[in-house]
Amino acid sequence: MYKFRQSLAHLYMGAFLIYLLIPLLVMAGAAFNDSKLPSIVPWRGTTGRWFVELAGDERMWLAFRNTLLVAVAVALLAIVVGTAAAILINSISGRVRTVIYGMMISTILIPGAVIGISTLLMWNKIGVPPGLHLSVLGQVSYIAAMVMLLVLARLQSFDPALEEAALDLGASHGQVMRRILLPHLYPAIGAGAAVAFFQSIENFNVTQFTRGGADTLTVYVFSKVRAGITPTINALAVIMIGITIVAAILYELRRRRIERMMARVSPE
Amino acid sequence: MQDLLRRYGPVLTGFIILIVAFWLLILVIIPNITLFESSFRPYLPVSEIGGPKDTYSLNNYLKVFNGSIETSFLGLSFQVPVHVLTFWLTIWYSVVVTALCFALAYPVAYYMAKIANPRSLPTLTLLLFVPLWVSEVLRAFAWWIILAFKGPLNSLLLFIGAIDKPIRWITDYDAVMIGLVYTYILFMLFPLYNAISSLDTNQIEAAEDLGAPWWKIHWRIVLPHAKPGVASGAVMVFMLSAGSLLVPSILGSTTSQWFTQTIQQWMNDALDWNTASAYAFLLLFLCTAFVSLVMWVFRVKLSDIAK
Repeated sequence: MYKFRQSLAHLYMGAFLIYLLIPLLVMAGAAFNDSKLPSIVPWRGTTGRWFVELAGDERMWLAFRNTLLVAVAVALLAIVVGTAAAILINSISGRVRTVIYGMMISTILIPGAVIGISTLLMWNKIGVPPGLHLSVLGQVSYIAAMVMLLVLARLQSFDPALEEAALDLGASHGQVMRRILLPHLYPAIGAGAAVAFFQSIENFNVTQFTRGGADTLTVYVFSKVRAGITPTINALAVIMIGITIVAAILYELRRRRIERMMARVSPE
Repeated sequence: MQDLLRRYGPVLTGFIILIVAFWLLILVIIPNITLFESSFRPYLPVSEIGGPKDTYSLNNYLKVFNGSIETSFLGLSFQVPVHVLTFWLTIWYSVVVTALCFALAYPVAYYMAKIANPRSLPTLTLLLFVPLWVSEVLRAFAWWIILAFKGPLNSLLLFIGAIDKPIRWITDYDAVMIGLVYTYILFMLFPLYNAISSLDTNQIEAAEDLGAPWWKIHWRIVLPHAKPGVASGAVMVFMLSAGSLLVPSILGSTTSQWFTQTIQQWMNDALDWNTASAYAFLLLFLCTAFVSLVMWVFRVKLSDIAK
């Protein structure tokens, strides 16, 4: 009976993985099918022409450039805001901390449509037209909270005595920040930048309401999916999934290398 | 605060406070106040804004009650205003999606935490993360391909003889549900996994030794321990589902309408931003109410949810 349950568990896990990965495979497969509609049935022969067509799509390239610009801007702003917020939260306590912390966290839970509309309305009131700059601000408003959580976790392992020592030895305030606190936080800030970058690329809801007429990749894909599609979107999907998998493998290799190094340093 | 001043001096402290104030005031609080204020204003031509007709009223909220249609729920049929129905169905289907995600993800989370070989766990996590990194719009699109009337799913089912004629999958809210579960299930899985893996395996073994049946072990030991994870996952999945615009737009049928789509129609089609604000505020209100309810039922704090 125990054995049976055990194999049932393995089976379920396998089925779950297949469930998660099959849609991606189907979508990727359709990119190579020589059929006007994106599908894998019926198979009309293998072709690479959807990739060629994608490469020739100027609107896609513009959207791609916009996406990168927005993502970089969001990542930069979010790490500044998130780090400052984490440092502030870490040094206050009591009621004030609960209220401010609660406010920061709740930004993650606000629906994207609400963030988008409220951002658009406020800036519109003071005469700022919609556009990608508003998308950046709207996205930062909740992505900064994610960075804040990462940096805050890292701050838990920081020894404040180091700062005391530096101050006693005559370091200026700027030096304490630049030479002692920030270097300790760099790993978390780096992770935060990566999270912010990818969150920004993914974002649709906020961007959709604030973008004005500009496209980002997500918006571009969305409009293509709605208005009669050719498998160029699948070609784009193949490229994006490919990048994801390569990044994942690189990450895994690096993790294994660090693990091996750790094992060598401390042989048990 | 004193601490901050002593360590980083007045200039840096000033900067830090300024940055945080910029975030919370300019990016969060004032926009939401603007949203709230606009939601009470009428939709007027530009020349009349600020004029005598520009007065506060509840009219935008009352638009929710315009235009009734007949509907039936659990066998009862009655008249309901269209937007109230949309609002209700959005909540209802989001709850169903949340429940489905929990039911599907719980065994996987338990497997990863307690059954899987620890050596294979990193690879497993990596495989699970791949779909999470693929953009939401593409994941919805993938299901659009699969569920198409002449798509691979129907072909497969016809081929193995499970059905005689193709099934129309993208009908009513069916495809939306399938898409939402697929898109957000990992937001349920990871909090659950974190919660279960912190449970001491000895407790499970002790229960087994004392003769507890497997379902009782889950009900009395694993689930109570995983409560914060369940709450966190449920809140995430519900909020993402109710606030989703992509999945209902791509996988929706002619008879399905999500509340975010209604907001978008007021915003982009009718160009009535004030009514859109009122509707957006309703959505925000609903979400806040739901989070509070879950936190109260599960007795967890906001800081436990955002992990």
